[in-house]
Amino acid sequence: MAVAVPQPVAPPAQKKRKAPASRRDKFFAWFWIGPAVVFVGVLLFYPVLETIRLSFFNFDSSKFVGVKNYQLIFTNPVFLQILRNNLIWLVVATGGTVLLGLIIAVLVDRVRIESFAKATIFIPMALSMTAAAVIWRFVYAYAAPGEQQIGLLNAIWTAFGGQPQAWTADPKNVLLNNLLLIVAYIWMWTGFCMVILSAALKSIPTEILEAARTDGASDLAIFFRITVPMISPTIAVVATTMLINVLKIFDIVYVMTGGNFGTNVINNEYWNQLFDFNQFGVAGALAVVLLIAVIPVMLFNIRRFRIQEAQR
Amino acid sequence: MSAAPQMNPGGPATDVALPAPRVGPLAQRRSLAATLIHVFSSSVLTVIVVLIALIWSVPTIGLFISSFRPPTAIHSSGWWTALAPPWHFTIENYQNIIQAQGFGQAFINSLIISIPGTILPVLFAAFAAYAFAWMKFPGRDWIFLGIVAMMIVPVQMMLIPALRLFTDIGVTGSFVSVWLAHTALGLPFAVYLLRSFFGALPSDLFESASIDGASHLRVFFSILLPLSVPSLASLVIFQFMWVWNDLLVALIFLGGGQNVAPLTVTIADQVNSYGTNYEVLTSAAFLSMALPLVVFFALQRYFVRGILAGSVKG
Repeated sequence: MAVAVPQPVAPPAQKKRKAPASRRDKFFAWFWIGPAVVFVGVLLFYPVLETIRLSFFNFDSSKFVGVKNYQLIFTNPVFLQILRNNLIWLVVATGGTVLLGLIIAVLVDRVRIESFAKATIFIPMALSMTAAAVIWRFVYAYAAPGEQQIGLLNAIWTAFGGQPQAWTADPKNVLLNNLLLIVAYIWMWTGFCMVILSAALKSIPTEILEAARTDGASDLAIFFRITVPMISPTIAVVATTMLINVLKIFDIVYVMTGGNFGTNVINNEYWNQLFDFNQFGVAGALAVVLLIAVIPVMLFNIRRFRIQEAQR
Repeated sequence: MSAAPQMNPGGPATDVALPAPRVGPLAQRRSLAATLIHVFSSSVLTVIVVLIALIWSVPTIGLFISSFRPPTAIHSSGWWTALAPPWHFTIENYQNIIQAQGFGQAFINSLIISIPGTILPVLFAAFAAYAFAWMKFPGRDWIFLGIVAMMIVPVQMMLIPALRLFTDIGVTGSFVSVWLAHTALGLPFAVYLLRSFFGALPSDLFESASIDGASHLRVFFSILLPLSVPSLASLVIFQFMWVWNDLLVALIFLGGGQNVAPLTVTIADQVNSYGTNYEVLTSAAFLSMALPLVVFFALQRYFVRGILAGSVKG
């Protein structure tokens, strides 16, 4: 990479040739962020604006209907259940993956078989969504009582004397169906949190930990008073990413239940409305709900940012 | 540069002198008992970790074993029954997939899609993240948050506008469209992650570099990148994996043409219209998983503790 070698350090008085650093920054910065801004602006931001616009129109965008689509979403019980499901996903899936990822990252950091352990937790992430769906369909598979169970969960369940259940497929157990799907999600995505948190753990300067141990601090004290605060920016990044990922959950639901048996979620219904029913207006309104749901997450990050910048 | 850390890039920082053990009021020489407890708890820890790893692997192991069973057996009995004799293992599921039409080409296509689909977003994100973290310019924070907020956009939302745009510029059906789409979809998270890591680096490094007159490019390549290897490695792993395993973007922007179809599309085609011969997915899953795992293991050596050792003063 051909880079101009910087001039030997000259006393400040002789630096009049270069523009002040901040002015240089303001000019060159646009080159640095340019590609990212163009890609995101054209291919992501513009579709968002279009979607918001279409949400105020009717199904084929020919007639302006104001907030009619929103009224539908917030009053129709079918849609309300969808919103409730997303809430359950939000709390359980995000909490599960982040907490487990953190705990496992800390645990494996201290053992010799770290790479092997990390690999096993990570492997579910390396599988495609179809493969993961097939795995968990196997786990939850149902066979009539008396027949041989080919699903792992039913095999264990019947071994303990229960009747085989149609896991995820019983419309009476809405909460359970959602939780079962969430388990599959946590199984897949904990590896993600773990890898990133593990990278953050590696960045903690070893002298700090050594000094704490020499001072006699217990492992738990080190974890809560040193480790967690030092990687809290990364925890926030991981939690934010998981929150947003869960908000737009689609694949697992689509492939495992198709959104049936009370497991429908916003993004799945967006797909149905857009591509099956050609309801551009309703689909748009659903998408806007997602966009609004992400605002608190963004506000939290803004606040965190300002605090970080002030500390620099 | 006065605050540059002593380090071998990519290796543990073994040439850093650790501070002499501090003798403070609480410092004790470790007693024999304490040493034993430490060793014991370290073994307990290992056992716990092994247990977690095993339980986590059970579903995958189930699929793995299933992939070596004849299709009729897969549909009629649980995979654990295959562990007891008589054994009926077969490699026909793997044979069916590998010999299926276009498997080799599909593998290459997946590579053609995944490699630029990883390099481009990581590169553009690194440039942007550096500017957001260590340069000052008007609107910096708002533009950053605008990019990060786009993480919420699911593929489905940008499909139609992107398809229209790509058709207008004539790239639908070619790999370019998939590269562009994956780059756009991967940038928000990449910028977010890298900005967080870049911003956490000690500001002294950059201050002294700018006092010494180094240009931003110089700082980026000589200081920032070497220190950010763990975060870059994480990002490369994930971005590669997401693009490698993607089905939807490839299907929509490439179409179904066999000469450009990646693995995911080719495999999905194998499942018949009734969706019942999913045993072909069992072997396909593992064949397809091999490469992301290779990437994962190859990049493991960059997850090295101590890469910042010596860079924190006092």
